[in-house]
Amino acid sequence: MAAKTDYWDILTGPLIRQNPVTLQILGICSALAVTTSLATALTMSVALTIVLTLAAGIVSVIRRHIPDTIRLIVQIVIVASLVIVIDQVLQAYFAEISRALSVYVGLITTNCLVLGRTEAYARHHRPLPAMVDAFGNGFGYSVILILLGGIREFFGNGALFGVPVLPLADEGGWFTPLSLMLLAPSAFFLLGLLVWALRSLRPEQVEAPEHTPPARAEPAE
Amino acid sequence: MAGRDWNPWLRLLALPNDSRAKTLIVAFLVSAICAALVSGATVYLRPIQSANRAAEEQARIEALLQGIPGIAHTLEQAEGALSTLVLDLDAGRAAEGITSDSLDAALSDPLNWTVLDAEQDIAGLGQRPDYMQVFLLRDGEAISLVLLPLIGQGYGGRIEAILALHGDLNTIAGLAVIHHSETPGLGGRISESAWQAEFPGTELRDGSGDLRFRVARGQGSGAYEVDGITGATRTGRGITQMVRFWLGPDGYAPFLEAIERGEF
Repeated sequence: MAAKTDYWDILTGPLIRQNPVTLQILGICSALAVTTSLATALTMSVALTIVLTLAAGIVSVIRRHIPDTIRLIVQIVIVASLVIVIDQVLQAYFAEISRALSVYVGLITTNCLVLGRTEAYARHHRPLPAMVDAFGNGFGYSVILILLGGIREFFGNGALFGVPVLPLADEGGWFTPLSLMLLAPSAFFLLGLLVWALRSLRPEQVEAPEHTPPARAEPAE
Repeated sequence: MAGRDWNPWLRLLALPNDSRAKTLIVAFLVSAICAALVSGATVYLRPIQSANRAAEEQARIEALLQGIPGIAHTLEQAEGALSTLVLDLDAGRAAEGITSDSLDAALSDPLNWTVLDAEQDIAGLGQRPDYMQVFLLRDGEAISLVLLPLIGQGYGGRIEAILALHGDLNTIAGLAVIHHSETPGLGGRISESAWQAEFPGTELRDGSGDLRFRVARGQGSGAYEVDGITGATRTGRGITQMVRFWLGPDGYAPFLEAIERGEF
C-alpha cells in the first residue's frame, strides 16, 4: 500500500475525470428515472452518497475478514440494509419526496455504482481512503443527476425546485413546457449529449472501438 | 504474543478466511447485525410514517371538501366533522365489531378479502376488501355528501382515489386522487386539480339506472363524461373501470341502495 495517500485526488477524480455516470456509464437506471425534478434528483443523490460512503466504510473495516466465497453477498446485504434504513427515514421525514422517488431508493441496492465501488476499491483499502473514494463517486453521480434534474425541470415545467421561473403559457406567459423533458427518453438524449460534450473536451475518455466495422462494399450500380 | 490465544474473538479473527467455520460465522454475524439495524429503524420510524400517511389522506379529503360548492355551510353546521363508517360491502350495512382503528388489523386477514372472478373484476383488482371506511356528511337528518374510497388499476400501477357524491347519490361532487404511479406529465396529470375539476356535476347513471359514467377519449360530451387526458388512454380507462366497479354490485351499490331506503 502506498505510504502516502492523495485524498484530494481520490475525492476529485470521480467528479469529471473518472465520473461514474458519464465515463463508466454506471447507475444509469436511477439517473434517468428520478431526474424529472431537482428535488427528487437531489434527494436521490444524497441518499446514494450516504449509502455508498457508509457501505464503503463498513466493507473496508471488515475487509480482511470477508471470506472470498461469500464476499458479494456480504456486500449486498450491507448495502441493502443501509438502503432500507435510508428509505424508512425518507418515508418518515420526507414523505412527499419519498413518494416521488417511489421504488428508486430501494433500487440503490442494485445500483452497479455502489457494488462497483465496494468491490473494486473499499475491499482493498483502509476505511478512510475507501470512504473518501465513495464520497467522491457519490458526489460525481450527484453532479450529473442534479444537472439532468435541473435541465429537465427547467424545460419541462418552467420551474426550479418547484418554484416557477419561466412564465407558463397556461398562465398567460410565453413559455410552453416541453412535456418530452419529463419522459425517460429525454434523459437518454441529455445524457448522451453530455457524454458527447465531455468526451469532445477530454478526448482521453473516448473508448477504443471494440470491433471495427467491415469495410463497406461499393454500392452496386 | 506467544502460545495459543484463548480469547474466542481473536481466535475467530485469526482463522483463515476461507475456512468453513469462519465463512459461516461471518455470514451469520453480518446478517444478524443487518437484521437488527433494519428492524430497529422500521420499528422506531413506523409511528411517524403512519402519522404521515393519515395526515396526507386527511389533507386530501379536506381539499376535496373545500372544492365542493355549497358544502362550507353544511360543514360549519356539522362543526367540520365527517362521520366515519366502516362498511360491510356485501351486506351494505355498517360492519359489526370493526371500527376505524381495528380496520387495518381486520384487513391483514386474507379471510376478509373476496377474490373476484374475471367477469366481476372489471377494474383489474384481483381481490377486494370486504370492509371499507366511508365518510358521511349530514345536513340535519338527510345525508348531503358521501365520500367513497376507490381502488383501481391504472397504466403504471394502483390508483387510489376518493369519490364524493351529493345527497342524490348520482351527481359527483368531486374526486381526489390519493395515490397513483402513472407516467409524470401524461397519466400523472390525474392528480392535477385542473383535471379533477371536470368531475363535479358529472352524473353516474341515466334515468333507467344504467351506469353511464366514463372518462372520454378526448373531449367529454354529455352529462356522463369527463375529458380524457391526451396520451393517457389507459389511465382514463382505469379511472372509468374503477368508478364503474366500485359503484356496481360488487362495490358500494348495496350500501347506496340502503341509503336510498333511508337506513342511514
